[in-house]
Amino acid sequence: MEAFKKLNSTAVPIQIENIDTDQIIPARFLKATDRKGFGDNVFRDWRYHKDGTENQEFPLNDTTYSGQILIAGNNFGCGSSREHAAWALTGYGFKVIISSFFADIFKGNALNNGLLPIQVSEAFLKVLFETIQKNPETHLLVDLENQTLSIEGSDRYETFEISAYKKQCMINGYDDIDYLVNNRDKIIAFEKKNS
Amino acid sequence: MKKTLFDKVWDSHVVERSDNGPDILYIDKHLIHEVTSPQAFNELEERGIPVFRPDQIVATADHNVPTQNQHLPIKDALSRKQVNQLTINCEKNGITLYGLGHEYQGIVHVIGPELGITQPGMTMVCGDSHTSTHGAFGSIAFGIGTSQVAQVFASQCLLLSKPKSMRITVNGTLKKDIQPKDVILYIISKLGTDSGTGYFVEYAGDVFEAMSMEGRMTVCNMSIEMGARGGMIAPDQKTFDYVQGREFAPKGADFDKKVAYWKTLPTDEGSSFDAEFKFDAADIGHMITYGTNPGMGMKVTEKIPSLKNDSFKKSLKYMGFNKGESLINKPINYVFIGSCTNSRIEDFRIAAAYINGKHKAENVHALIVPGSQQVDAQIRREGLDKVFEEAGFELRQAGCSACLAMNDDKIPQGEYCVSTSNRNFEGRQGPGARTLLASPLMAAATAVAGKIIDLNA
Repeated sequence: MEAFKKLNSTAVPIQIENIDTDQIIPARFLKATDRKGFGDNVFRDWRYHKDGTENQEFPLNDTTYSGQILIAGNNFGCGSSREHAAWALTGYGFKVIISSFFADIFKGNALNNGLLPIQVSEAFLKVLFETIQKNPETHLLVDLENQTLSIEGSDRYETFEISAYKKQCMINGYDDIDYLVNNRDKIIAFEKKNS
Repeated sequence: MKKTLFDKVWDSHVVERSDNGPDILYIDKHLIHEVTSPQAFNELEERGIPVFRPDQIVATADHNVPTQNQHLPIKDALSRKQVNQLTINCEKNGITLYGLGHEYQGIVHVIGPELGITQPGMTMVCGDSHTSTHGAFGSIAFGIGTSQVAQVFASQCLLLSKPKSMRITVNGTLKKDIQPKDVILYIISKLGTDSGTGYFVEYAGDVFEAMSMEGRMTVCNMSIEMGARGGMIAPDQKTFDYVQGREFAPKGADFDKKVAYWKTLPTDEGSSFDAEFKFDAADIGHMITYGTNPGMGMKVTEKIPSLKNDSFKKSLKYMGFNKGESLINKPINYVFIGSCTNSRIEDFRIAAAYINGKHKAENVHALIVPGSQQVDAQIRREGLDKVFEEAGFELRQAGCSACLAMNDDKIPQGEYCVSTSNRNFEGRQGPGARTLLASPLMAAATAVAGKIIDLNA
């Protein structure tokens, strides 16, 4: 997993609530047996019209917006547990997702792939949408060490929550497998006790 | 200290608890399928880590399999490769596989319980969010991502922070013909799609106590549709009777010993929950969804509400519905009875009882997809296949099918489908398809009428 400490980037706003993982990556693209290539089909059915042409109104196709941060409406990532959704977002180039609420499984999947989910207040989310829509060149600053998200050139910022363990994993690029495999003795002892 | 059902099962599986970090939680059973496992196998292979406890893993092919001509090679090259990869991975790692052609093959959440793999008090995971189904037996069962599939392969454990607890109580008696699916669609319509996020739910009260095991599975299955990682129902005599005698259930004295333990699992009286909701069974009617998330549901006799927010408007636009509209008499061309929510024998008995002696409407394509080969065989033993056939319904072979439309079973662009599955997301049943979630009884009635009807009218 890639380590993550800080990010300074413009952002892409998708002001839709309850974005489910079927929208992030539709099931018909889940036939691959490796993790590559999902970025090409991220938000496939919103990015393209039925005839295959690009939907210019969708923020990812709107050249006004760019960057490694996605800002989305409340309850992002609900539905299917498919980790392909996280792979599609990182494959496209996103490193941070901001929303006022994340679905559980998606949040875990994101963290396991070095994609940082930042939960902000509804009020701050509104400010972020307004700011980016008004000036798409605005940079957002993410500081994982200090757990802050700020708007460059303004005094607006918010702190965000992340578990201390996951924070260390992100900063160092470690994942849970290393931790669990190192605890196998304890796991075997648990099995013996319960058999 | 008073403990909930959830506390008892969780606490008995904690290998190590750290004060500020997550628990190491031991997993008893790991179910896998072809779509969310290949990358996990790759990961282990790349890191040179062997599968730790292959005997505690069971595999099947369900998401991406055709529901016709399963004896022939899969036509779609990518699907064929993915299903073959599962076979290779299972052989290489010594994992039991019930693949295509096996008499136990089927949807992972249907075969677990029917084979007796699912038992009270267990921890179970699968790379599929509807793993919550198994909570019907009083087990902690939840969906995981592929990185976590790899973690369980490597250690038979997961690193997790203990979720908060919620109890949803429904007391009273359900009105005639109200189905378990109506109960859970009603609950989700009241609480919303994100109300359960961060929680594990216990369903309690008269309604769930009276419900069959199949019904309890339908309810627990959809816990994830309100955001909850899982849902549970206290095990009782009905649970023990269901488990007893199944292929992998404990036998003889072992079984009796287990039952004695299982009887200690129900929530202690006076336990507290982080959140509690109570509903009255008498208020629940035949339910249907009108929007693009499972929380957008109503009694079929109600009218679509009027909300102002953009996401609501976008949803109605996709569905081609108007606020304030009634769905009664809305023509429907597609009906799907199947999926891990409603593809067990009881679901098909209910549909067949309604359909018997009637015929589907001319405009309707009606698809019946059993959850497993064993359900399929049972359908034939009971002669339900004849009922479906004579009524013009198409009986297919076992798999996830049109619930997520990974295979050829897709609903065409713009068409409405009354479906017994669990998600009405945009494009879930095929690009541009419009899904209305309902019970097997509502689905059968829609197929016969060719339109949405009020069963009580």
